[in-house]
Amino acid sequence: MPVTRGFTGRPRGGGNDRLPPGQHDTGAGWPTLTAELTPQIDVDEWTLTLDGLVEQPTTWDWRGIHALPADSYFGDIHCVTTWSKFDTTFSGVSVDSLLEVTGVKPEATHVFATSTTGYTTNLPLADITDGKAWIVWDFDGKPLTPEHGGPVRLLVPHLYFWKSAKWITRLELRDHDEQGFWERNGYHDRGDPWLEQRYQGDA
Amino acid sequence: MTQIVPTPVASSWTTAVVREVERLGQDFVKLRLEVADRTPHVPGQHYVVRLRAPDGYTAQRSYSIASDPDDPLVELMVECLPRGEVSSFLHEVVEVGDVLEARGPIGRWFVWGGTTPALCVAGGSGVVPFVSMLRYARRTGTEPLLRIAASAQTRERLPYADELEAYGAFIALTRENHLQTDGSERVAAHIYPEEIVPLAEGIERAYVCGSVGFVSFVGRILGEAGVRSDTVRVEQFGPTS
Repeated sequence: MPVTRGFTGRPRGGGNDRLPPGQHDTGAGWPTLTAELTPQIDVDEWTLTLDGLVEQPTTWDWRGIHALPADSYFGDIHCVTTWSKFDTTFSGVSVDSLLEVTGVKPEATHVFATSTTGYTTNLPLADITDGKAWIVWDFDGKPLTPEHGGPVRLLVPHLYFWKSAKWITRLELRDHDEQGFWERNGYHDRGDPWLEQRYQGDA
Repeated sequence: MTQIVPTPVASSWTTAVVREVERLGQDFVKLRLEVADRTPHVPGQHYVVRLRAPDGYTAQRSYSIASDPDDPLVELMVECLPRGEVSSFLHEVVEVGDVLEARGPIGRWFVWGGTTPALCVAGGSGVVPFVSMLRYARRTGTEPLLRIAASAQTRERLPYADELEAYGAFIALTRENHLQTDGSERVAAHIYPEEIVPLAEGIERAYVCGSVGFVSFVGRILGEAGVRSDTVRVEQFGPTS
C-alpha cells in the first residue's frame, strides 16, 4: 500500500507496546459509539439471566449479583473505532463466578449476549472464561453511567469493545456460533485487536 | 421500487485518488474520491480512510459518505477535530492527486434504502449520512418518504446548509437567529419538541446522528413525540462529558 504523501503521524517515541495496530491513545477521554438510544434502567428492575447449556439456569437481581465475590479489572480497553484507553478500572464480578453457580454443560462452545435494548453479540466460551470477562457496574470507583452501559455491562477487555455488551441482561450458552448485532452488520466474529480483526473478511 | 440491500462489507483495502478538495472555513473539508474496485454503497454507510507514514505507521478513521450511490465519486465531509491526527491531515495537507487507502462501504444498520417513511435528525456534522440519503431520495423520487431536521450552533457549523434548505429540511440553530424558508425568523434555540411532532407523524423509523449529548436530547424529544425507541437508529460519536 502507498505511503501517504506528507503524512508523518504522531510522534511515536520507540513504539508503544500496549497499543494494538491501528489504534491510538484516547487519553483521559472515553468516546462512545452506539447504534441505539441509551436506555435508562432502574437497578431495582434490572436482572441478569445466565441460561442455555448450563446445569442450573440462574437469574440474578441487583442484590443477588452483588452477593457474589467482588472482582475488578485493571488494564486497557480497545474500541474498533481506533481508540484505546489505558489503565481503566472496572469493578463487578468475574463471569467465572456466574458460571460456577450455573455449571457449564460439556457441549457449550459459545455465548450469546443480549442487552435490554435487543443488542446482541457472540463470543467463543473460551473468551469469557478463565479470568477474561466480567460483569461490571463501577468504572474508576463510580457507578457506570448509562452512556457507557450502566448500570451493568459485560466487559471482555481483550477483544474490541463492541463485544463488551452494554446494558447486559442475558448470557446464553450455546453449542454453536451465531452472529450478533454488529457481526451481522459487517464486523468481525471474534474481534481480537492485536490481530486487527475489525470487519468481516479480516484474518 | 425495490429496497437496496447493503452488500457485506468490502473485505479488503483499496486505494482512493483525491479528485476534489474543498476547504469550508475552519471546520470542514470536503473530499471527493475516485475509489478503485468500488463496491456500491447504501445511503448511511461509511468509509474508513487510512494514512500511512514512510516508516509504516498508520492511522485510520471512519467517515460517513455524503454522495449518492450513483455519483461516480465518493464524497466525504470531514470535520476537523482539535488534535485530530487524520482530520488535521485531511484539512491541512491533502491535495488533488494524492492517493489514500480506503475501505468500504461499511455498516449495514444505519442505512436507508428508500422504502421506509423516515425522519433523520442531525447535529452538526452528523448531517453527512443524511445528505447521501436526501441525494438518493431526490434522484429516485422518494422525497416524500424522507424528512430531515438538522441542528447546529451556527449556519457555518452546518455543512450542506444550502442543500438541506433546498430539500426543505427543518433547521434549528442554537446560537444565531435563522430565517426560515417561509420568511419567518426562528430565534436561536435547540429543537423544540413541538417542532419534531409534525415531522415525526407517520414515520416508521428515525435516524439520529450527532454527539452524545445531542443524541440523548433528541431521543427524549422523539419519545415525547410518540416515536418508539426501538424504531430509532443511532449513530452517536464523540466523548462523554
